[in-house]
Amino acid sequence: MDKDPNNILEEVTQGEYKYGFYTDIEMDTAPKGLTEDTIRFISAKKNEPEWLLQFRLDAYHKWLGMTEPAWAHLHHPPIDYQNIIYYAAPKRKKELASLDEVDPELIATFNKLGISLEEQKRLSGVAVDAVIDSVSVKTTFSETLEKQGIIFCSFSEAVQKVPDLVKQYLGSVVPSEDNYFAALNSAVFSDGSFCYIPKGVRCPIELSTYFRINAANTGQFERTLIIGDENSYVSYMEGCTAPMRDENQLHAAIVEIIALKEAEVKYSTVQNWYPGNKKGEGGIYNFVTKRGICKGNNSKISWTQVETGSAITWKYPSVVLMGDNSVGEFYSVAVTNNYQQADTGSKMIHLGKNTRSTIVSKGISAGHSSNSYRGLVKMTKRAENSRNFSQCDSLLLGDKCGAHTFPYIKTENKTSIVEHEATTSKISDDQLFYCNQRGISTESAIGLIVNGYAREVLKQLPMEFAVEAQKLLSISLEGSVG
Amino acid sequence: MLSIKNLRVSINNKEILKGVNLEVRPGEVHAIMGPNGTGKSTLASVISGREIFTVDEGEILYKGKNLLEMPVEDRASEGIFLGFQYPVEIPGVSITNFMRTAVNEQRKYHGLDPMPANEFLAKMEEKKKMLEIHAKLANRSVNEGFSGGEKKKNEIFQMAMLEPSLAILDETDSGLDIDALKIVANGVNKLRRPDNAFVVITHYQRLLEYIVPDIVHVLFDGRIVRSGGKELAIELEEKGYEWIKAELV
Ligand SMILES: Nc1ncnc2c1ncn2[C@@H]1O[C@H](COP(=O)(O)OP(=O)(O)OP(=O)(O)O)[C@@H](O)[C@H]1O
Ligand SMILES: [Mg+2]
Repeated sequence: MDKDPNNILEEVTQGEYKYGFYTDIEMDTAPKGLTEDTIRFISAKKNEPEWLLQFRLDAYHKWLGMTEPAWAHLHHPPIDYQNIIYYAAPKRKKELASLDEVDPELIATFNKLGISLEEQKRLSGVAVDAVIDSVSVKTTFSETLEKQGIIFCSFSEAVQKVPDLVKQYLGSVVPSEDNYFAALNSAVFSDGSFCYIPKGVRCPIELSTYFRINAANTGQFERTLIIGDENSYVSYMEGCTAPMRDENQLHAAIVEIIALKEAEVKYSTVQNWYPGNKKGEGGIYNFVTKRGICKGNNSKISWTQVETGSAITWKYPSVVLMGDNSVGEFYSVAVTNNYQQADTGSKMIHLGKNTRSTIVSKGISAGHSSNSYRGLVKMTKRAENSRNFSQCDSLLLGDKCGAHTFPYIKTENKTSIVEHEATTSKISDDQLFYCNQRGISTESAIGLIVNGYAREVLKQLPMEFAVEAQKLLSISLEGSVG
Repeated sequence: MLSIKNLRVSINNKEILKGVNLEVRPGEVHAIMGPNGTGKSTLASVISGREIFTVDEGEILYKGKNLLEMPVEDRASEGIFLGFQYPVEIPGVSITNFMRTAVNEQRKYHGLDPMPANEFLAKMEEKKKMLEIHAKLANRSVNEGFSGGEKKKNEIFQMAMLEPSLAILDETDSGLDIDALKIVANGVNKLRRPDNAFVVITHYQRLLEYIVPDIVHVLFDGRIVRSGGKELAIELEEKGYEWIKAELV
């Protein structure tokens, strides 16, 4: 590096950005730590408009005045925010020559998931031919979407292509001051997905980030914005179910969903970041803010999540039910094993009349893990005749794990009904013996029983996801009994 | 096929089986009767490998192999089937899925590939028909919300699917109405072959009118105190167990 990064930053922040840094490969990484300069650096790198830089800086200043939340049922050593690199340009991971160089344990998992060899190579970073299936799929697929006016691209592309849409909706559901991690993300987000479905359009395919080439290495501070215009429909899937190894310790993503009048947005995710080893070392801290707003009347947002990864998960996909008759749903399976910790749940904020929400949460804990459900259901004064039904079940494997339920209910009107049910159960010896007696091994039996237990949630997933999610549930619990 | 010698079994230091001897040959049907709490289900559990019981003495040979050293699922794959007195509920797991898993795990044990889906479904259909099982029942979760009779019928259905060499049916007749009893008995009779065997645990002679046993045993206080032909069952029905008790003293 022969240039002082601070000088470059100055150059960039003053006057117009002309050439970018792309010629200077060494400068593709921001210096460690977080200052205003880091943010200017990121924004300049991405050739962002001034308003977006201001959005980031504003968030940064808010973040400085905030403290990490301490209320979740989680324990972790303090995070040193000055010891993180906030920008590394879409760097290419070291390519491996063949699958022989890949961690055999990872390969074993791939095989159990039934992932094709080509796909295994792609996921583990082995050099592959340019013409792999997913590329051609991606092309035909983009054409179909464009014809209908659907915009589905990386967040950075959207900033360039449809800046007005981004400006109108960014931060409109999750304001940067919403919470500590939201502020951090708003200041430094790297990239993510953008999706816009025009009025009256029913997206003909399941949209998946899986097919989005730009998704590589954007995991750490991901930003996703999904807008369903009036009377549109989309089913969106985040991530893929193969195990993703990632060296980044801290993940703080934001997902914002806007559903206008009569629109329906279905968001499904299977999260399986590296959970750390059996002793609880390593693993991702996943602090995510996901929120949708049913802005128009008769709109609907539903979240379905299967959480099996991360050392720590902190995640409460929520719906603000603003339009009258709008519907919010949350279906979740969270598995924790070994020393994993999960504090997850949902918030349903009823503002409109006759709004309906459903929460189905299935926690599965094994090993020494801790699994908490935390939920808020709020019926405001205006939200007359609204209903919520919450079902929070915990399944315990072994006696060293813990499950906790923290439901908060606030009702400000007399015509709304909030119902909450909670159960805790164990896989009984009788069930295991019954399965064993039919020739089913204990490991398979646990997979079977756990999948049965989670069925209500799994059946919400799009087909192609559901099958892999089922396998994933079994794999996550391997070795947890006996 | 099955050879039990001087089997002594206890649970929590309480002795339940006090020296059981039993010899079952291929093609035979054995009936075991006896008062409540004398150890009939315990015997069935120990043969299938339930670990909560301690085997203090004796041996069980099955097809010449030492059964006591085999894990439960291996015994099942080797052809031992237990029709449970109290079948367990497995919420959210459909009978179809449960059976497919069981069939394929047993096949895996024998080094076979999973059964092709169409073959499996055809087999399900055939067995459902044979046992007059409602089409919908197979899509329901295993035993969840089943009536007592439905649970028992489901056990026989599973037996039919798995085609065991040694089936132990623990009070499969209790809870069945007359029609269901005939269907179940008929199913068992259809499955009888020269190379498989049945051990039927029951309190009622009625079942044995349909499934005619070769040998009837009376298990009393942890021992088989009497064995005989099917007339023994009729005699028991008439006289109760007091008569045997009296003879023992
Ligand atoms: N898990 C257990 N813990 C303690 N005692 C047990 C257990 N299982 C069985 N027993 C005892 O062992 C004895 C034999 O029980 P078992 O179930 O084998 O009787 P059974 O002959 O099948 O009776 P029934 O005709 O009522 O089914 C009983 O006294 C019972 O209470
Ligand atoms: Mg019994």
